[in-house]
Amino acid sequence: MTALRLSLGRRIQPPLKLTVGVSVAAWLVAWFVEAPLSDWLTFNVFGLERGSHFGEAIAFFLLDVPKVLLLLVGIITVVTLIRGFFPPEKVRAALAGRGLMTGTVAAASFGIVTPFCSCSAVPLFIGFVEAGIPLGVTFAFLISSPMVNEVALVLLWGLFGPAIALVYMAAGLTVAIVGGLVIGKLKMERYVEDYVWALQGKGGAAIEIHLTWEDRIHDAWTYTKDLVRRIAPYLLVGIAIGALIHGYAPTDLVAAIGGRSNPFAVPIVVLIAIPLYSNAAGTIPIVQALLGKGMPLGTTLAFMMAITAISLPEFIILRRVIRWPLIAVFATTVTIGILCIGYLFNSLIV
Amino acid sequence: MKKVEVLGSGCANCVRLAANAKEAAAMAGVDVEIVKVTDYGQIAAYGIMSTPGLVIDGKVVSYGRIPSAGDIALWLSE
Repeated sequence: MTALRLSLGRRIQPPLKLTVGVSVAAWLVAWFVEAPLSDWLTFNVFGLERGSHFGEAIAFFLLDVPKVLLLLVGIITVVTLIRGFFPPEKVRAALAGRGLMTGTVAAASFGIVTPFCSCSAVPLFIGFVEAGIPLGVTFAFLISSPMVNEVALVLLWGLFGPAIALVYMAAGLTVAIVGGLVIGKLKMERYVEDYVWALQGKGGAAIEIHLTWEDRIHDAWTYTKDLVRRIAPYLLVGIAIGALIHGYAPTDLVAAIGGRSNPFAVPIVVLIAIPLYSNAAGTIPIVQALLGKGMPLGTTLAFMMAITAISLPEFIILRRVIRWPLIAVFATTVTIGILCIGYLFNSLIV
Repeated sequence: MKKVEVLGSGCANCVRLAANAKEAAAMAGVDVEIVKVTDYGQIAAYGIMSTPGLVIDGKVVSYGRIPSAGDIALWLSE
C-alpha cells in the first residue's frame, strides 16, 4: 500500500509532527515580535514622529497587516481542522426529528462551526428539507452559518478583543434563533418549490468516510491558503483606509455621522453594508478605526452583521429552491433582527 | 472502464476535483469516463450536501473536500 502511494506520485514529505511543530513555533515567534518590530520600523527606522498624523497612520498599517494575516492563517487553519468533524451531513443527522425549540437552537449553534458559502446554500437547503427538518430550523441555520463565520470572528477577536467577538457571536445566535422561530411560525411551506418537496425522503444517507489526520491537516491548510489569498487584497485596502481614518479623521466628524446623537445611524450603516457583502475582511479594519473615533458599539455590531448576513447573491441563489415571498420574509427578518441588536447595544452601553 | 462522477454545481472546486480525477486516471492507468452531476436532486440522492463530491462506479468516496490526484488514483486502482 505504502509503495503504491509513493509510486503514484505522492511527494515524500517530512514527518507530519515535525512540520506542524515547526509551523506552530514560527507562528508564535512572529506573533510576539510583530508589534515591537512595527513600532521600531515606524519610529526608529523611518524616523516618523510619534503622535503625528502620518506617523500614527503608518504605525497602524504596519501593526495591523502582519497581525491580521497571522491571525487569519493561524486561527482559520485550526477552525477548519475542527469543523472538519462537523460536516453538514452530520449536522443534518443530529437535527432530524428534534423538537422545534431544541432544533432551532441546535441549528443556530451548528451554524458557528459549519462552513458556508452562497454556492452551497442550495444543496444545503434541499438536504435539510429532504430529511424532514422543519423550515424554521433550516432558516435558523441559514442565518447563523454565514453571519457567525470564522473570518468575522477572527478579525473581531484580533482587533477588538475577545469580549466583542463573543458579544457578536451571542447576538448572531440570537438573531438566528428568533429569525428561525418567526419564519417557522409564519407557515411559509407553500413558498418552497414543489420539486424540493418531491425529493423528501428520497435522499440517501451520507456514508461516513474515514480521514486521517494527515488528510485533515492537508485539507485545512489548502483551504486556509485559498481563503487568505482571496481576501488579502481587500484586507490590505481595508487596513490602509483604516490607517488613514486612524491618523487623520477628526473624531467629531465620525461622532456626528455614526454617533449616538444620530438616531438613523443604525439603519444607515445597515444600508451601506448591503453592497459590501463578503468583504468582512476589508471592512472590519475600517470599522475598528471608526470605533476608535467614537462610533458606538451597537452601530458597529449592526454594520458587521449586515455585511455578513445580508447577501444579495445568496438571496438570488435561494430563488432556485424558494419563491420570492419567502426570500422577502427571510431578508426582512434578518434585517429587523440586526436593527434590534444595533439599537439594543447602543442603549445598553453608554 | 470506470465511471467517475463529480457532484457539484460547477463551482471552482468541482472543476479542480474533475481535473484531479483526470490526472489520477492517467497516473493509475485506468480507463475512466468522467461525468459532472449538477442536478441537485441527483446529488441529494447520494446523501451529500457538501460539494464537491466524488463517486466511483456508484460509490461515494469523498465529499466536501478535494482529494489529491494521488488519493483518487489509489481509489481507482482498488
